[in-house]
Parts: sequence; structure tokens; C-alpha cells
Amino acid sequence: METAELVLQKLKNEFTSIDFEVSDFRNELTLKLPKENIVEICSFIKTDSELEFVYCEDITAVDWAKRTNRFTVVYHIYSFKNNFRIRLKADVDESDCNIDSVCSVWKAANWQERETYDMYGIKFNNHPDLRRMYMPEEFEYHPLRKDFPLMGIPGSIPLPKK
Amino acid sequence: MDKDLKDVHPKIIQALLDTETDITVEDALENEMVLNMGPQHPATHGVLRLVLRLDGETIVACVPDLGYLHRGYEKLAENMSYYEFIPHTDRLDYISPMANNVAWVLAVEKLAGLEVPERAQYIRMMVAELARITSHLVAIGSFAMDVGAMTVFLWTLREREKVMDIWDMLCGARFTNSYTRIGGVANDAPPEALSRIKWFIEQFEENLVECEKLINTNRIFVDRVDGIGVISKEDAISLGFSGPNLRASGVEYDIRRAQPYLQYDQIDFNVPTLTEGDCLARYFLRVEEMKESTKIVKQVLQKMPEGETILNKPKKVLPHKTEIYTKMEELIHDFMIVNFGINPPVGEIYHAIEGSKGELGFYIVSKGEGHPWKCKIRSPSFNNIQSLPTLVKGQMVSDVVAIIGSIDPIMGEADK
Repeated sequence: METAELVLQKLKNEFTSIDFEVSDFRNELTLKLPKENIVEICSFIKTDSELEFVYCEDITAVDWAKRTNRFTVVYHIYSFKNNFRIRLKADVDESDCNIDSVCSVWKAANWQERETYDMYGIKFNNHPDLRRMYMPEEFEYHPLRKDFPLMGIPGSIPLPKK
Repeated sequence: MDKDLKDVHPKIIQALLDTETDITVEDALENEMVLNMGPQHPATHGVLRLVLRLDGETIVACVPDLGYLHRGYEKLAENMSYYEFIPHTDRLDYISPMANNVAWVLAVEKLAGLEVPERAQYIRMMVAELARITSHLVAIGSFAMDVGAMTVFLWTLREREKVMDIWDMLCGARFTNSYTRIGGVANDAPPEALSRIKWFIEQFEENLVECEKLINTNRIFVDRVDGIGVISKEDAISLGFSGPNLRASGVEYDIRRAQPYLQYDQIDFNVPTLTEGDCLARYFLRVEEMKESTKIVKQVLQKMPEGETILNKPKKVLPHKTEIYTKMEELIHDFMIVNFGINPPVGEIYHAIEGSKGELGFYIVSKGEGHPWKCKIRSPSFNNIQSLPTLVKGQMVSDVVAIIGSIDPIMGEADK
């Protein structure tokens, strides 16, 4: 786990005021950070010459249903240079359901954030094109939220006009 | 608004008009128009829909519209046990269901901390590589057909049909296999299936060369795809390309090599890489990958040890059906696993394999229950389609078909 130590060391030196919550399960490094700092941390780990996390594999969210901070936005970032994957997490509350977009850092984040917005209703600030990914624009709900029923809501998708 | 565009949502039109573009056409005819392509179009490989902004025949901007095959598999996964989701993975990338089965069970095993018997690992490797061969055969065949070379499609599908027969012998299904189980595979590979695979690999190399000759000497094909849809190394990484498409742009990244899973570290194979990054390079790369896959299958057949094909861990692994009917213990375990699930520890994992189309990953969050709390499918096709607007910008309308064929998207996987 040499790379993990390097990543942690670098981040702690660069962002002294931020309290990272580090966890490690099955040899996967996970960092939890405040959502206000997501863009600066992402651009730091991408541009730092020793880290170079240039490949944004996946962005998604988790709905914890009854927790205070209801959602967690999850980023999986990979570094070709170190052959290492990192998982970043940021909590988002339902009452303030937005987080800054990382599209400016990785272009691939565009659709991944759109999908997360579609499925969970989390708004990504400064996103260039925040439309729904899969569901129709008229659809009012966010299907992957835990309070959306598995069978769907009858009548929520209008039939095509004749 | 134009009457013909009444079916296109105004927001899509707005996104199309807002797209920043640097394409300028000399001697512009000043007839900018919006063209809707798909979702029912023979060359979009399923229900992909593109809305194109054209100047004459040149594409100025493009907005893909997904979701026509959205079945909500991530929602379904949260409401069923880990076992029950295996058949659903067949329907993700329906051209290579075996690879999806392998990816899902590997992710669950990582979460539950299970170590699979060696023979089962070799069988999984074998089916994953055969799935890659079938997938690339369809990709090449339909790509060639899209740009007008019909015969190749018939030849490659003939080869794929042979693999389908092998699937039939292995697991009793030709298309939706569901062959893997958590802790191993459904049943041991019968000797006749193994000898059939051996025969297939031997004759396949020759037949692949025949198919290659048919395409490589076809001047229409080569002229239509050479230098079309070029994407640079930096853009390919930034846009989240993976698999053959990424390697065709000069990034030597293969998960089988970078983070070996199963027994790939025991196998000798190359990672073919090209630097051109155009449609022709993506085609050549798939052919090279098929050759590497045949090499891997050959070695797997040689190295495959004898032994168990399913883990002996009754609390986590389903017993064989015949034992359930005759033994009390097995009946109890089957009842518990089917009704309450395998209850992996609390935690979250992300496990990716080198699927046929690229990096196929599953992110699973477990709360210690029988079903996942959250399951995210990182599908390669979704991220590959994302680069379409970049690839088609500045090309002709007829090139769109070639570009879609060359990145080989499968909508079952992109729409989930």
C-alpha cells in the first residue's frame, strides 16, 4: 500500500485544513471529504506530477434513506502512472441537494454526473449541460431514490400523443 | 420550429444549438439543418439516437439521446439477492453475456471474501476470452456491413455460431448463459465441450485470416474508415474511453495486465496497442485482440487443473440442485441462501474486469443484508458513446455510421 500512503501524505500536506476520513476495505482506499472542496481536490490529484489521477472511471451516488446527510456522491478515479484506484466520497444533504461539478477536471464526468442527477436528483453546479440522461424530461421523480417504489408510479410517464 | 422535429424534445434542440463548435464550412450553402438519426436506424446498433446539426453534409454538432432501453437494472439489483442478479447481467452486454457473468460474480466474491477453486477460475477465463472473440466478431462483421461490405458479416457470424454451440454444451443455453455462480461455475466443463473448444480454436485462426483478407483488401472499406473519427490519446483518456477503443489511441492499458484477476498473471499474452486512434485502427486492434484471445484459450486448455469447480462453503455457496432433493443439510442451506441471501460483510467494493467492450465494473455497497444496498454498473459502452460528439464533429453524415460501428456500442449496456 505504498501508493496509498503517498496519496494520503500529498493530500494532507496540500490541504492542511481539511479533515479527511480515511477508510480501507479489501485494499481499496476511500477518502471522505467535504463537498465544498471537491473541485480543488480533484484538480490537485489530477495535475500533481506524482499522482496523475487522469482517468475518471465512474461517478455515482448512494442514497442512505434515513440518514442526516442523505446522499453520498462517489467518485472512482484511476491513475495510470501509479496503477492505483482511489475512491472519493462527499456527503450531500437533501435540503441542500447540490455539489460542484468536476466536468472542468475530467470531461468524462459530464454524462456520469448527468446520470447521477437523473437517478438521484442531486444538482451539479456549473455543469455545462445538466439534462436527464435516461428518463424523459417530463418525468418528475428520481428513480434510484429509496422512496421511489420498485414497480414505478402509474401514470408518471405520459403515453405518446397520437 | 420545423414540423418534422416535433418529436425531438426542445431541450435536446437547445443543447444542440448551445454546443460550442469550431467547425466552419468553406462556401457554406447556408442551409444549416437538424437531422434526427435513430432510435430505429439499421446502423445505430440498437436504440441509439443522435440529433445532428449539419451544414450541408458536414456535422457541426451532435447530441446523443439515450434511455430507450433503460430497464432500471440498478434499481432491480437493490431489490434482489446477489444470486438472483446473475441472469440479469446476461442482458447488459447481450453480445457477450459470459463476460458479464464473470464480472458480477468476481465483484460479489471480492465483497464476500471468497476464494474460488483454481479449475473454476480457469474455466471462467476460458469463457471470458471466448466471449471476447464472439463480441469482436460481431463488432467487425457489423462494422463492415455498416460501411457496405456484406460478406464479412456472414463469415464472422458463422464463426460466432460455433461458439454458440459450445455455450450450449457448457451450460445448456446459447445466448443468455448465466453460467457462473458465486463461488465457482454452474457445472464442470464436460470433456466434449473442451475438445470442441480445442477444435474451434484450431480452425478459427485460419478462418480469421480469411475474414481479414476479405476486409483488408477491400478498398472501399479501407478508404471509408482510414483517418475517420480520430481521437487523440489525451482526449481518449479524458473522455473515459476504455478497452479496445482506448488501446487504439495509444494507451497501453488492459486490466488483465494492470490488475490481474482470475489467473491472468499465469498466462502469456500481449496487449496490442496502436497509435492512430481512427476507425481503421480500432478495427485492426479488435482483430489483434482476437488472436491474443485464442492464444489465451490455448494456454488455459493446457494449464487447466483437475478438481472442484465450486467452492465448498455451504453458508455462502448454493448446493447443486440434485443434492437438494436428497440431502437434508443441503436443503436447509439452499432454503437459507435463497430466502435470506449470502449476507456479505458491511462495506463497499469496486471491481472491474476487462470486458469485451472495455472496463466493466461493479460498485456494490453492502449493509450486511442479503441484497445489495446499492449496485452501480460501470458500463464501457456508456462511456464510449459519450465521445461520439467529439468523434463525429467535422465529419460527413455518411461517416457517422462508420464511427458508431467502430466504437462498437451495445445499448443494453449503455442504457442499463
